[in-house]
Amino acid sequence: MKFIISILLSGLLTYAVGIYGDLPWWSFVITNLLIAVAIPQKPLMAFAAGAIGVGLLWAALALSIDMANNHILSTKVATILPLNGSYSSLIIVNALLGAILGGLASLTGSFVRARKGA
Amino acid sequence: MRLLPLIASAIVTTALVFTLNIQLKIGNAKAPRLGYFLSPQHGFWKNAEKIDANFDASIVANELLGNVDVYVDDRLVPHIYADHDQDAYFVQGYLHAKFRLWQMDFETRVASGRLSEIAGADKLPIDRMFRRLGMVYGAEKTEANINETNPNMKATVDAYTAGVNAYIKQLDPADLPFEFKLMNYAPEDWTPKKTYLFLMFMSYDLTGRSSSVDLQRTNTRDYLGYDLFDKLYTNHQDSLDPIIPKGTVYEKPSIVPVKPLNADSAYLHKVNSVAFNTVDMPEAPDKNNGSNNWAVAGSKTKSGRPILSSDPHLGLNLPSLWYEMQITTPTHSTYGASFPGSPAVIIGFNDSLAWGVTNAGRDVFDYYEIKFKDTTENEYWFNGAWKATTKRKEVIKVKDSLDVVEEIAMTHWGPTMFDAHYQNTQSNGRNLAVQWTALTASTGVETFYLLNRAKNYDDYLHAISLWTCPGQNFVLATKSGDIAIKQQGSFVARWERQGDFIMPGEDTSFQWQGIIPTNENPMIKNPERGFVSSANQKSTDASYPYYLGAASAFPLYRGISVNMHLNKMFQITAEDMQKLQTDNYNVFAATARPALMKYIQLDNLSSDAKRMVTEMTNWDLYNSLNAKGITCFKIIWDSLEQAVWGDELAGSAIPLLKPEAYVLLDQMLKDTNWSIADDIRTKDKVEDLKTQVTLGVEKATEKLLALEKENKLEWALFKATRVLHLTKTPALSRMDLPIGGGVNIINATKENHGPSWRMVVHLTDEIEAYGLYPGGQSGNPGSPYYDTFVNYWAEGKYYRLLFLSKEKLKQSERKKWHMQFQKTNS
Repeated sequence: MKFIISILLSGLLTYAVGIYGDLPWWSFVITNLLIAVAIPQKPLMAFAAGAIGVGLLWAALALSIDMANNHILSTKVATILPLNGSYSSLIIVNALLGAILGGLASLTGSFVRARKGA
Repeated sequence: MRLLPLIASAIVTTALVFTLNIQLKIGNAKAPRLGYFLSPQHGFWKNAEKIDANFDASIVANELLGNVDVYVDDRLVPHIYADHDQDAYFVQGYLHAKFRLWQMDFETRVASGRLSEIAGADKLPIDRMFRRLGMVYGAEKTEANINETNPNMKATVDAYTAGVNAYIKQLDPADLPFEFKLMNYAPEDWTPKKTYLFLMFMSYDLTGRSSSVDLQRTNTRDYLGYDLFDKLYTNHQDSLDPIIPKGTVYEKPSIVPVKPLNADSAYLHKVNSVAFNTVDMPEAPDKNNGSNNWAVAGSKTKSGRPILSSDPHLGLNLPSLWYEMQITTPTHSTYGASFPGSPAVIIGFNDSLAWGVTNAGRDVFDYYEIKFKDTTENEYWFNGAWKATTKRKEVIKVKDSLDVVEEIAMTHWGPTMFDAHYQNTQSNGRNLAVQWTALTASTGVETFYLLNRAKNYDDYLHAISLWTCPGQNFVLATKSGDIAIKQQGSFVARWERQGDFIMPGEDTSFQWQGIIPTNENPMIKNPERGFVSSANQKSTDASYPYYLGAASAFPLYRGISVNMHLNKMFQITAEDMQKLQTDNYNVFAATARPALMKYIQLDNLSSDAKRMVTEMTNWDLYNSLNAKGITCFKIIWDSLEQAVWGDELAGSAIPLLKPEAYVLLDQMLKDTNWSIADDIRTKDKVEDLKTQVTLGVEKATEKLLALEKENKLEWALFKATRVLHLTKTPALSRMDLPIGGGVNIINATKENHGPSWRMVVHLTDEIEAYGLYPGGQSGNPGSPYYDTFVNYWAEGKYYRLLFLSKEKLKQSERKKWHMQFQKTNS
């Protein structure tokens, strides 16, 4: 249950702090960390929850934007980056990046609690 | 207890965030901040526009005097209906910013030498060049002039500026245009000065080529000596068909420019023992910046009403230089192509008349050699005394580095372009000051403001009389049946060859002796032949009393082609004019091919060479996209030029000018025993044109065989026309377009240069207009409207332009969206 709630909260708060364009893009790192502090889990579980929360959100956002855009921009960006012009590669890389950062943030948070509990 | 893992994990996380938050260097380029760029709520994904996006909007702006309705049609062209003129320009500024903000920022950065600020020290050479040319100085002078003398234009530019800024102010950081995110910087407020900077850039683009060519020409003269130079770079063009028909009688000139007595020894025949410049300028405007325009009178059209055509040839870029719109207020109703960065419509039509422009090509830029008293550059020698300079400081900010300060010594001629402080590689240690009409305060956009409102020929004449730089050929056609063309600008009253080379600047003898009065500029109204036209050729024959400038600035062949067609056309329709604008007939090859064939000895050629020559002779003389003959012709001609000129010019390592194609062609037509043809490197034998042509053909065949292997013999594949993004990023550009045309062709489409806006206006009661540009109304690479018109343009097709009253447009099927601008919330 904690796991599921962590995932949901992570996705929700990442989305929420992303709405405000004035906040830095990495604000979700803070929220993920806070969630992991508030909901103690084993480090690996915390990492997974944070990674899935942000990764899925980023994948979903990128995918829905890309579908509505008919891949016009993603194809161009995937050529610049360079990912051979493949929009699906771009979305996967994009989601993985969010997942790794989100997971690491949650992992860090989980260690905060683990220290206190010990 | 878990302190170590905590610290380790925190460090890894922070380091990753940090790495993703800076611009990593990939090769020579800087990557965007990847974390930011890829964040779906901040980065590029926010620019991926829905393909069925809704552009309805309601905007409140306190700066407005009243309400404004904008109806946007199916091609994303806005039609502005405003109750007040100023409101129309406010909304024009707002819309330019909404769809083209990044390009407006970028282009004015280029113009003002501020690229280093966003791209780093690599861009310093270009920034320094533009600063020293006086681009900012010129814009400031125009701004001061308008602020002091022209309250109406000031109000217009201010309203436009307020509109741009109203858009910037409401812009959420997440919605910044794509390129700002890619290059990692943010837009700053628009200012009137930026509008004038943009217009300065157009002056540079259309008259600034002299900044590079005058140096090369001086080098060439020094290298060859004046007599040989004058032969190879002759100002005489045998086949010229001028804008004003031959035989026109000109009034006595009010200024008779006097050639200084010492001109021969101190200027024309002066040979500098050390070359003037050793390295080319970091940038120079394209040689082929030019255009076609013409108007046919009712006597030649099917409807009995005039038809006007205009297609400016400029660099082909995405986002396009042009943005289409309609502006309707109680004072006027105008449609056409506007410049994001400037108020009003630049090339277009209103409900009374249509106008178009081509570049005049006249020389309005000169270098004067300066002698400074000492390295402080506080004084320079002039008319037998030391004269004080003033100093202008230009601070160039450089990304990730210290500011660079240019201290420019200002002389009475203008800014010192080259001196000990500025790369001597380009001036080889000499001090050169610039005199340029673009640096004398202009009236900015007033000409276009007035043309937008012009009702008749007299209004047109008044509007263009205010135009100073860059000099243009303004073509006109009115509903009432007038057609006219006038070359207008501030043109220097020159003696023959004045300013072709670097001039002595130590006294008054070589100075400009006056600006030609407007009423003496070449013009023609309602001529008997029933049409007026221009294609950047010389405006007049030699009987015009003023020197136009070196002939290399005036391409010959497009003008011949246009006039040849128009002369024999009758019962003309708008569709005929579209066909003419996209015509691919190669009038140069029509003359040059038979001349070549006179010298080609087929029997002496290898079998491959024979095959390539046959391909060329079987060609129909049209530069169509799949023709192979034109590729053969071009490569053979280029090789011949190389064989003929190569020896005369090859010995020099400094930048030189190549003689124009017509010089060689005229010789081939006239004289088979031409001494220039001899390769002076082979002392033991004398090459005539026949041997040179044979040599050229064999050399060309090697290249052609290589092209054939790559399957690039077909003209469009060989030419590979592309519309390049302003950053030159291929992924954001349109590459390898299937389109014919080329140099010397009415359809002047080269590799990355050509018809940047095509317009045909039939002046019937309800104006019938067609047009398009190779781009799209949206500057956003993530929008389906980014390159909408490119394919159509390449195919030579046109859109019917929607020019309607507010009531009619509201009902039109092509109306898609409504943007409401209101003063207050209602």
